[in-house]
Amino acid sequence: MIEKIKFILNDKPVTLEVDGDRELLWVLRTELGLTGTKYGCGEGICGSCTVLIDDVAVPSCQTRVKDVAGAKVTTIEGLEKNGKLHPLQQAFVDHDALQCGFCTPGMIMKAHSVLTENPDASRSEIIEGMDGNLCRCGAHPRILDAIESAAKEMKRG
Amino acid sequence: MKNELQNIFKKSVISPEIDYDRRDFLKKIGLLGGGIIVYCTIGNPLKSSAQFGPPPDFNAFLRIGTDERVTCFVGKIDMGQGTITSFPQIVADDLDVAYDAVDMIMGDTDKCPWDVGTGGSMAIRIVGVQVRAAAAEAKGVLKELAAEYLKCPVENLQTKDGTVFDKKNPDKKVTYGTLTKGKVIERHLAQKPPVTSPSDFEYIGKPYFHQDAYDKVTGKAEYAGDIRLPGMLYASVLRPPAHGATLKSVDLSGAKKIEGVQVIQDGDLIAVLHENPDEARKALGEIKAEYDMPKTGLNDKTIYDHFVKVPVQAKINEQKGNIEEGSKLAKEIFEETYVSAYVAHAPMETHTSVATIENGKVTVWSATQAPFGVQSTVAEGLKIPTDKVRVITPFVGGAFGGKLTMPMMQLQCNLEAVEAARLAKLTGKPVQITFTRAEEFFYDTYRPAAVIKIKSGIDGSGKVVFWDYDVYMAGERGAEVIYDIPHNKVNVFGSWMMPPPEAHPFKVGPWRAPGGPNNIHAKELQITIMAAKAGIDPLEFRLKNLKDEKMIGVLKAAADKFGYTPSKPVSGRGYGISCGIDANTYVAHIGEIEVDKKTGEIRVKRVVCVYDMGLCVNPQGTKLQMEGCCVMSMGYALTEGLRFSDGVVLDENFDTYELPRFSWVPKIETIILKKDNDPPQGAGEPAIICMGAVIATGVYDATGAKLFEMPMTPKRVKEAISKA
Repeated sequence: MIEKIKFILNDKPVTLEVDGDRELLWVLRTELGLTGTKYGCGEGICGSCTVLIDDVAVPSCQTRVKDVAGAKVTTIEGLEKNGKLHPLQQAFVDHDALQCGFCTPGMIMKAHSVLTENPDASRSEIIEGMDGNLCRCGAHPRILDAIESAAKEMKRG
Repeated sequence: MKNELQNIFKKSVISPEIDYDRRDFLKKIGLLGGGIIVYCTIGNPLKSSAQFGPPPDFNAFLRIGTDERVTCFVGKIDMGQGTITSFPQIVADDLDVAYDAVDMIMGDTDKCPWDVGTGGSMAIRIVGVQVRAAAAEAKGVLKELAAEYLKCPVENLQTKDGTVFDKKNPDKKVTYGTLTKGKVIERHLAQKPPVTSPSDFEYIGKPYFHQDAYDKVTGKAEYAGDIRLPGMLYASVLRPPAHGATLKSVDLSGAKKIEGVQVIQDGDLIAVLHENPDEARKALGEIKAEYDMPKTGLNDKTIYDHFVKVPVQAKINEQKGNIEEGSKLAKEIFEETYVSAYVAHAPMETHTSVATIENGKVTVWSATQAPFGVQSTVAEGLKIPTDKVRVITPFVGGAFGGKLTMPMMQLQCNLEAVEAARLAKLTGKPVQITFTRAEEFFYDTYRPAAVIKIKSGIDGSGKVVFWDYDVYMAGERGAEVIYDIPHNKVNVFGSWMMPPPEAHPFKVGPWRAPGGPNNIHAKELQITIMAAKAGIDPLEFRLKNLKDEKMIGVLKAAADKFGYTPSKPVSGRGYGISCGIDANTYVAHIGEIEVDKKTGEIRVKRVVCVYDMGLCVNPQGTKLQMEGCCVMSMGYALTEGLRFSDGVVLDENFDTYELPRFSWVPKIETIILKKDNDPPQGAGEPAIICMGAVIATGVYDATGAKLFEMPMTPKRVKEAISKA
């Protein structure tokens, strides 16, 4: 059913007239042109499509767009502010924490959520938090290094 | 792989002879935009490049713009291995320009020289070497031009950062862009200049981080699925439930009823299209189709017995001495059979292509390792000339051999590109196809399962005296005898490349260092088992049986970094060792493995990985490849084994087909031996070959259990422990 759905997307209000049952992933990638959020498995088990809803990481392929009405949605495109990368993004660059880059947006969004929930997360807590996000290239050790160093930076503010 | 490719080309009748004439070549250059092209005549450059081998004209690789920027064109693509970062290092050093002045254009069939496809760790060791020579020659031509421009003898000239100057009077100078401005210059150097010597390297050998990192951390990097064209439709294609299934009947009416859905039936191709991919997918679910299902009796358990019965001529890959003589010398004889499962490539980006047709020219953006392979298969699919198809390769989200379309090897890995092009033609609109994860698993060109039988023997002193090796379906890569064994024979029965037609129930293809992981697992576990029987530490046993100084070098470097101390086997420490050669790079690993004897679970605690790869252009990128290989390998070693039955692929997603995760990751230490004066060898694959063997030999060292089957699942570990 076509319905009017309003939410905050990357700090800006949006109003869509869309079938509310469509998955957020595809609405972001088509209606909203935000292609940084990736399709990886379609079943919420790889983490490539991770976005933040009210600062909590969710798989956007498992989220109906009507369920984000009134919520705050953040995608990878919303992290860089005034030309300055978010500390997590900067840490991924500084640690060379990527290869093909396809899982990278989902990794960063998930890490954001892990650190928001627990700013003092230890390495093992980071591993536990990130364990559902898959990377096929094997960038894992550097991704962990990046998240650990971003955590310090984020605490510093 | 290089040899394999060359063999193919020798007998190839399929290799497309692209018949460009000189005017076409100039047209291709014209497409590159303004600025100049320094152009050498030597036969017909593009015609030569269409055959296997380097284009002799450096224009195929380099353009110097009026803005002083240098563009390097290569037919290779970047799928995360980082050559977009390392090619500019080469150009910068050999053309003598700043690293930041170099732009890369990769994998665009209208702009780049023909290329076989990105695989076999060949980007740097083959094309990189060509680019070096091309850049050095271009620099030589620029110096000649400068000699005329500055009216100064060429011997007095020197280059620096895109400028040629008089050594005696540095103010007398001219930039590359000025020299080449507005002209097409035909010139060729009588004598090929040497490339920059290692002592003069400014960029090569220095660690460079991913230059595409900013785009990738901000979501700006465009992959094929991110291409959005006006009026574009997304297609979902009807797929059979099994390989070998045939369509009996189909009812399209349910899908046709849905608003905004276009249903196309064109021969074997049945697709639904919609402006949104999710709605196309939903509509596909409304199609009712019935199939006749195949009965092959083949599944992931029966496949190994099947392999050894497939009629295939053995190819003797290596033979020395006489096995019978050798067995007479043996005090102990070992006869073992090793098996390993089909493994999926499972890149995070599923196969994706976008096609559009304008004025009779098809443009395809494809997630491929082989844009020129896709170009010719799309041309064939639409029955149009190759030059009516342009393939552009955006960033590729991982591939590992699974996106390597090579028509000359009958390897079609980009089915979706041809389908998208056909649908674009039928609908008159741009069309995108992105495989679902289930399609990705179903249509993968898997790493073939394999059976390896080894009979070998040692004499009383712990010297290996014979080695009789039969490998089924994995192929020859990694099967070579690296130890100094007087009597040996290696028989290869079928390969991943053009396998025997009866062998597999679905397509197989190259999977990162094809054959390497299977062969090394078998070879190196066999060696460790022999060492134990001889009562010799497995590292010492290897060193005792090796003559190859490079192999000894990588093993010793690994042992040193690891802090390895010899011990009587089985030591209980869980130390795993393995070494091998891939893409001409020597690699050794030593790891520490922990086994939970109750649950059968394996944990890799730490691993050291060493390369002797000759000249390493980008040690940073290479270390990432080594680390990535160590992590990725844990999948084929521990969990990944495709489940299938009668053509049905039972694994459809990552819930049942488990990839390595953060919690598995060991401490990884990498070492690249400094060998700047040796030619560069492969970087992206060699570190993938050893980890199966590291884990198997580590479990053996911990428990005495022999893991002859990969993946080494907890169930198999427990069984092996109970037999130990």
